[in-house]
Amino acid sequence: MSPVAAVLLIPAAAAAVLAFVPGYALGARINLGASLLTLVAACALFGVAGDVAGDYLLVDSLNIVFVVLNSFVGFTAAAFSAGYIGHELAAGRLTPVNLRFYHAMYQLMMFGMNLALVSNNIGLMWVAIELATLTTVAMVGLYRTHEALEAAWKYFILGSVGIALALFGTILVYMAAQPVLGEGAASMVWTRLMSGAARFDPAMLNVAFVFLLLGYGTKVGLAPLHAWLPDAHAEGPTPISAVLSGLLLNVALYAVLRFKMLMAANPEAVAPGPLMVALGLLSAVFAGFMLYRRRDIKRLFAYSSIEHMGIIVFAFGMGGPLANFAGLLHMTMHSLTKSAIFYAVGSVAQVKGTQRIADICGLTQSHPALGFGLAVAVLAIAGMPPFGVFMSEFLIVTSTFARAPVLALLLVLGLMVAFGALLMRLTGVLFGTPEGPSAPAEASLLPLYSHMALVLLAGLHLPEPVVAWFQAVARLLG
Amino acid sequence: MDGLAFDIAHLLAGGLVLVSFMMLYQDRLYALLNVFALQAVVLAAAVAWQARIQEAHHLYVTAAIALVFKAVIVPWALHRIMQRLGVHREVETVVSIGPTMLAGMGLVALSVVLMLQLTAAADNPLAREDLAFALSVVLLGLLMMVTRRNAVSQVVGFMSLENGLILAATGAQGMPFVVEISVAFSVLIALIVIGVFLFRIRERFDTVDVGALDEFRGDRQ
Repeated sequence: MSPVAAVLLIPAAAAAVLAFVPGYALGARINLGASLLTLVAACALFGVAGDVAGDYLLVDSLNIVFVVLNSFVGFTAAAFSAGYIGHELAAGRLTPVNLRFYHAMYQLMMFGMNLALVSNNIGLMWVAIELATLTTVAMVGLYRTHEALEAAWKYFILGSVGIALALFGTILVYMAAQPVLGEGAASMVWTRLMSGAARFDPAMLNVAFVFLLLGYGTKVGLAPLHAWLPDAHAEGPTPISAVLSGLLLNVALYAVLRFKMLMAANPEAVAPGPLMVALGLLSAVFAGFMLYRRRDIKRLFAYSSIEHMGIIVFAFGMGGPLANFAGLLHMTMHSLTKSAIFYAVGSVAQVKGTQRIADICGLTQSHPALGFGLAVAVLAIAGMPPFGVFMSEFLIVTSTFARAPVLALLLVLGLMVAFGALLMRLTGVLFGTPEGPSAPAEASLLPLYSHMALVLLAGLHLPEPVVAWFQAVARLLG
Repeated sequence: MDGLAFDIAHLLAGGLVLVSFMMLYQDRLYALLNVFALQAVVLAAAVAWQARIQEAHHLYVTAAIALVFKAVIVPWALHRIMQRLGVHREVETVVSIGPTMLAGMGLVALSVVLMLQLTAAADNPLAREDLAFALSVVLLGLLMMVTRRNAVSQVVGFMSLENGLILAATGAQGMPFVVEISVAFSVLIALIVIGVFLFRIRERFDTVDVGALDEFRGDRQ
């Protein structure tokens, strides 16, 4: 079986099996095993010589990065989830039937995301992203509390609007391509679209890109369209918050990047960069200020995700080899760090029995292993050296300073505001005097530590092959 | 393309926009469902006409799906859900009807101006005007979703938005069938999810008015 087929078939098969496995412990183990196999298959993609492009599937240096990152975080989240759900079951917040549904949905979501990443057809990609979204909607509503239902409903409505706008954009791209590439499926295949893009009607492409950016941008969580994101992160099970922040946002971003490449291939179409820069900057600065008013710890980090997605979109909007490289690096670092934070926060919420920031104090004293792990992850996401996030933010800011100093200043403003907010909100949580109920942490801390080790390693010394690979991708992105 | 075929396609697509407007001023949920069923019938006719003039026979399937699924099954199911839940029968609005209608006119003008100007180079006038109408329907659906507070009327707004998408997809010559199936399929999935949600919300509340859920927002505790 080819690795491309494997990254799709393993999660699909696992989802089918998990729907019928009654025991939650067995289900969690199958979930973990399937995620590991998917990760192995994703790594085997590197062995695929050159680009593979069929009518439906595509593997090139860009999407390999996304698939490997996706499968890795998917695997560690499954490992964290195994311990997490045991506690939720014991606490009576979930039932075994919920968990069977949860595990099947988890693998179905992994299937949807991987399909979106390797599809070579804009219609298929749209369907896959929609599938991934619907599965996460179902998981966000898993607890069936008032808050969870409202969050899932809001996510569903806003997500549907986003996906509808994206479909309209997809239809417009087809209509732009159809006079050049002919009728039928040929006009929806990526590789053919790219080779014919120079002859498309530029006006049609422009309108299409606006719809695609707004549509997929809703899923990325860009500022005016972000309203679903904090609720969905705060009310769903924490492994899902980790996967949402670390993966689903990236998948939507991937779609935006693909269409940006298409726009760039047409010399007469409007440059997509400034639009992305504006939306990205707005998100980063807006979310930075919004961080101050958060009282719920998962909501706090959800706003931090909006901020970082803004920074990433900003970097890709600036374009050029250096900014693209920095954007890719920042995306990878953010996925690793933010999912690590959610692993820590999930355990914190379980040991303290609350998500309210005011009720959580002095974690480094009461739970040193967990508390210091969270402290390190927070320092990393706030952009402190020597972590990878610092390096990527530094690259983004310096490369922007050389080209547009005013934009760089605004970005730095956003970064500083967010940094201050995180310190202000979390100092008490980490270093105050412990009080209130506390139980020993049950979920494994290994996923948290392994992510942070990778982020630290990337900050100290980025391995040569990774640099070369990212540089190649950055050139591809233009 | 001969004049009559063009005129009929135009009439049906325009009719879809008109029915979208009719949905905006309904103040009873049952009436709203009836108007939605009417829109689905008009959509089915528009799609079938496109199938005829494009000689794209697979589009008849899309038309049939619109007719059977959207015009009959969905309104019927929502009707039953509302009866069983004992939902308030009034449409609760965020913005009153007058300003909503004005905003709707603005959106239609916007989409017509935008689409006709930007696609001036395209050689197929039917596709262009269909696209302008389709965008109008999409935007009116969006408007309905943001100006209504009941879960049921938001769902209807969403489905009317999808009707606009199908009109756009069928107007695009030779758009692969995969997409039509996916659109129809997404409606099905959407309905299942929505159904689940409505029932789950019912487990805890006496209303499906989403506004009532706002007070449970995590940040306002």
